[in-house]
Amino acid sequence: MSKRVVITGMGVVSPNGVGIPAFLEALQAGKSGVKFVPLYEELKFSCHVAGRPDFIWEELQGNYISDVTFYGLKGTNIGYGIRAALDAWRDAGLSTDNDEPLWHAGLVFGNSTADTEAMRNVITRVDNKEAKKLGSRVVEQTMNSGVSAYISGRLGLGNRIITNSSACATGSQAILMAYEYIKNGYATTMLTGSCEHVDTYVYGAFDSMRVLSRKFNNEPERASRPMSLTAGGFVPGSGAGAMVLEELETALARGATIYAEVLGGATNNGGQRQGGTMTAANPQGVIRCINDALTSSNIQADQIDLISGHLTATYADKAELNYWATALNRRGDDYPYVNSLKSMIGHCLSAAGSIESVAAVLQLKEQFIHPNINLEDIDPGITEIAGIEKIPVTTLKKDINIVAKANFGFGDVNACLLFSKYK
Amino acid sequence: MIMTRQDILEELKKVLAPYTNDKTLLEGVNEQTDLLKDLKINSANLVDIIIDAESKYNIEIDYDAAEKMTTVANCIDVIQERMAQ
Repeated sequence: MSKRVVITGMGVVSPNGVGIPAFLEALQAGKSGVKFVPLYEELKFSCHVAGRPDFIWEELQGNYISDVTFYGLKGTNIGYGIRAALDAWRDAGLSTDNDEPLWHAGLVFGNSTADTEAMRNVITRVDNKEAKKLGSRVVEQTMNSGVSAYISGRLGLGNRIITNSSACATGSQAILMAYEYIKNGYATTMLTGSCEHVDTYVYGAFDSMRVLSRKFNNEPERASRPMSLTAGGFVPGSGAGAMVLEELETALARGATIYAEVLGGATNNGGQRQGGTMTAANPQGVIRCINDALTSSNIQADQIDLISGHLTATYADKAELNYWATALNRRGDDYPYVNSLKSMIGHCLSAAGSIESVAAVLQLKEQFIHPNINLEDIDPGITEIAGIEKIPVTTLKKDINIVAKANFGFGDVNACLLFSKYK
Repeated sequence: MIMTRQDILEELKKVLAPYTNDKTLLEGVNEQTDLLKDLKINSANLVDIIIDAESKYNIEIDYDAAEKMTTVANCIDVIQERMAQ
C-alpha cells in the first residue's frame, strides 16, 4: 500500500534570501541575488557576476553545529547544506537533540563536489611534502557524502542516508528519491535537499565552456535573463535548499503544519542518443520524463497550473518550452503559467532543484506566482509556444493547485516533480 | 627560557580548547586529565592536537610518541622531551 507524502518543513540558503521568511519576501518582490564579483574580473573570466547567498559563516557555530565541528569546517557547500537542512528540520517542529538514532528518519542530500578553493590548501600542503600537517578534518569534507554525514550525525538520523549527484538534476532527484522511500514504506520521515558552492575553480571551468552570461557584467541584477531575447548564457549561483518529507499519517498524528503534498515524479536519462549529448538533452528523454511524472502522480496534463522551469537563459530555453508543450499537449493561451527562479538567483547547479522546489512549494502554500525578472525583451520564439500572459513579469496572486518542477542536467539526466496544495 | 611543566600545561590548555565542546571542563585540567575520557575529545582529533602542538612548540612528534599522548601528563612529557632535543 503506497503512502501519501507531504512536506512539513523547509529551509533555504538562496542568493536572494537566507531562511524561508527572507526568501519568500524576495520571491514576491522579484529580488535578484546576483552580484558583481571583483575577483572574477581580475582573473579574466568572461562572466564577472554570480548568485551568492549573504551567508554569515559564524552563525553556524553553536546554533547549527558544535564549536568543535565548526572549528576546522572549510567546505562552503557543507555549511550551506547544514544550515538549510537544520532549518527545515526545526521548521517541521522536530527535535535536534536526539540521544538515540531516529531509525524511522533518513536523508537523501545532493552534492556536486568538494569546495575546491578549500582543497587548494590541501594540495599545496601535499606538494610541499607536508601531508602530515593536514589533520583529521580533510577527508570528511573531501568526500562527496560529507554534507550528508554532517547533517545525519547532527540529528541522529538512523534510516537510509544517501548522497546523490547528477549535475543540475541533483536537487530534484534527491527529493524524488526521498519521496519514493516514504511512499514505499521504508521510512516515515526523510530530510532531503542539496547544496552547491560554485567556487573560483568550478566557476572558471564553466567560464571556459563559454556558456556563461557576459554582456551584463556592469549590471549584475540584469545578468540572468531566461527566455529573453538578450539571454546570453547562465549566471552561476550557490546555496542550498532542504525539505522534510513525511508520511501523511505520521504528519497528521503529530499535528505538523503541512506545506504541500508531493504527488509524484520521475527521473530518467536521454541516453545521450537522439540528439542528446553530455551537455544537451535528448528531447524524447525530457518528454518521457514529464509524462512519467504525470503517470506517477495520477494526474492529467491539463491539471498543471504552473511550470517551474529549468530555464537557465541559454538557447535551450526555447527547446525546453517546446518539450513541455509536446509532453502536456498545451500551447499558446492553454499553456500553464511558467516561471524561472534563475532570473533572480542564477543557476545553482546541484542546488538548483532543491532551492527551486522550495520556491515552488512556497508559491503553492501562499497562492502566488513569482515574476520572471529581466524579461522586458521576451524572445518572440518563446511567445510562439506559450502565450505571453502565461509568462508573468510581475507577481500574480493566483489559485494554483499543482506545480511541475523539472531540472535537466549534464549527462542527459532529467528529473520532474509534481507538487500539489494539500487537500 | 625554560618552560616548566606548569607553563606547558597552561599552553596546552589553549591547544586543547578548540577540540573541547564543553569549555568548563578545561578549567579543571591537571596532569591526570585524560583527553578522551575527561575532556570528551573525539579520538580522531588527537591527530589535530598533535599537529597544533608541533607547530606551537616548533617540535616534531613521531607516531610512537604520539600514541603515548593520552593524558595531560603524557603530553607534557613528550613536549618537554622534544623541546630539549
